Amino acid sequence: MDKTIIQVKNLVKKYDDLEAVKGISFDVFEGEIFGLLGPNGAGKTTTLEIMETLREKTSGEVIIDNYSVDKDQNKIKKIIGVQLQAAGYYPNLHLNELIELFAGLYNVYANPDEMLQLVNLQDRKKSKFKELSGGQKQRFSICTTLINNPKIVFLDEPTTGLDPQARRNLWELIKSIKGKGTTIMLTTHYMDEAEILCDRVGIIDNGKIITIDTPDNLIDKLVKSGFQKIKKQKDASLEDVFLNLTGHELRDE
Amino acid sequence: MNKNYSQLRAMFSLTKASLTALLRNPSAVVFNLIFPLIFIIVFGFISGSGFRIDVALDKNTDTNNPVYKSLEQIKSVKLITALPDEEISSELEKGRIDAVINISKNPDGMTVVSLKTTKASPERGNIFKVMLNEIISRQNLELMKDVRIPKTELKEEVVEGRKFKTIDFILPGQLGFSLLSAGVFGTAFIFISLRQTLVIKRFFATPVSRAAILTGESLSRLIFSIFSAVIIIVIGNLFFGFTLVNGFVTFLNMMLLSVIALTVFLGFGFVVSGIAKNESSVPPIANLITLPQFLLAGTFFPVSNFPEWLQPVSKALPLTYLNEAMRKISFEGADIFGVGKEIGILLLWGLAVYIIAVKVFKWE
Repeated sequence: MDKTIIQVKNLVKKYDDLEAVKGISFDVFEGEIFGLLGPNGAGKTTTLEIMETLREKTSGEVIIDNYSVDKDQNKIKKIIGVQLQAAGYYPNLHLNELIELFAGLYNVYANPDEMLQLVNLQDRKKSKFKELSGGQKQRFSICTTLINNPKIVFLDEPTTGLDPQARRNLWELIKSIKGKGTTIMLTTHYMDEAEILCDRVGIIDNGKIITIDTPDNLIDKLVKSGFQKIKKQKDASLEDVFLNLTGHELRDE
Repeated sequence: MNKNYSQLRAMFSLTKASLTALLRNPSAVVFNLIFPLIFIIVFGFISGSGFRIDVALDKNTDTNNPVYKSLEQIKSVKLITALPDEEISSELEKGRIDAVINISKNPDGMTVVSLKTTKASPERGNIFKVMLNEIISRQNLELMKDVRIPKTELKEEVVEGRKFKTIDFILPGQLGFSLLSAGVFGTAFIFISLRQTLVIKRFFATPVSRAAILTGESLSRLIFSIFSAVIIIVIGNLFFGFTLVNGFVTFLNMMLLSVIALTVFLGFGFVVSGIAKNESSVPPIANLITLPQFLLAGTFFPVSNFPEWLQPVSKALPLTYLNEAMRKISFEGADIFGVGKEIGILLLWGLAVYIIAVKVFKWE
């Protein structure tokens, strides 16, 4: 598993008077789900967008599958799938037409029905993006990242704003993408999501990576250091209660 | 994975998508097609009425008099009978009727025509007076035809020419304005919207180049506008008798000119999309560019009708040259090289506008 597919070394990004990313380094291994965790404004999205070749870096090095973001932007774009936070899609087009548009932009052949089937939206192929529910929008966004059959998929806060059912549904989708051997790098500020989905996580705050490890190891380390929860954990959480009462089925479909 | 990435394929898929979206957007269809057609229809019907002088007859007029018979022959004079006296004088004051006449014979057997005109309609009154004089002198000459005196005679010759109809003036103007508003409004709105909803950002995550995005999007506007232009010209030609001097060749030259003009106008759209902060600030800025041209560039009235101090303004506007060139092609039968001067000025505008567009255009 430990073949490195992404290398980030001493990455720095300065805006006019603000240093958003202050020299971070990490590796992502082929086939894993790597999560970048951190509060809002920690530099997650900036880091991700530099890796996606959407933003210039100030200094440092980013290598994606042996291509450098300095020289081989177009080669990188061909092998990655990108889901942006809050991105829109071309207005007035149906989902199947949007898939065809992206197939053209990637220069690949894609069957809209098959693509929509992957994210369980085959019934909505004649809908417009704005007519979809929150969860469906995110699923469609992820669908567009898969059109070019990418080696790496970047997901920026894929579950923000979704209800518990839709979040779980999306987790299953993300796991199924990983199941096909695709490397996934995502950002989130939900720790339960990271714990369930990610093989390894990097915690970022104030533009610096504080620690990188598997969720299990991080928890173990904290417990070993003598940490104790103030309130003893019960066997179920309020979310478990909610899901037990309202069911796991998706809503708003 | 494809070895050779084709920007052309990416561009065409964007053109196709943009065109599909455009046809689903009612406001694009209304502005490009319905508005110009409404103007053409309205002016197409107005043009039938032409020039007319309304003349009321005094109730004592002798309708058997030869002068009256001659007046009846003149198409542009409408004789109104059976109007009460008080109404005649009030209508005359308002300028609703242009003149009142009374034709009668005095006790000596001489025909006396009394004419009353109004300051409310001096031009028509004067023209009518000249007409009346002409009729009366002819009448007098007729009576004196046996008297052998040297007479002055007018020999008139009318040169054969094409009849210039209102539609021949209005349609090219509407076509020009349709191209201008499509270029400015259409482009500005779509690029701001794509920028704000991060659609362009998502495009940037694919290998498509910026040039392909711009040309793909422009190409769809071009196809849509040319398609609208074809419909406008065909309807104008079939239903309103719009003149295409050399038929299909003239039509092709008009299309070619439309493409050149729209390319220039798209530049204005790029500038507006760069200056405007959001969608709601597009209309004021875009109107600032289109409205003055709509009024001053000879869309509805010939530029020579404007007061002299205003004419230099008209003669600086790009739409003026498009309108002039379009009329020269459609009515005078010029080809695209025959309007080289007009195209040259349009292209100069294009150059200036694209230089500004490059400076102000924003991608994100």
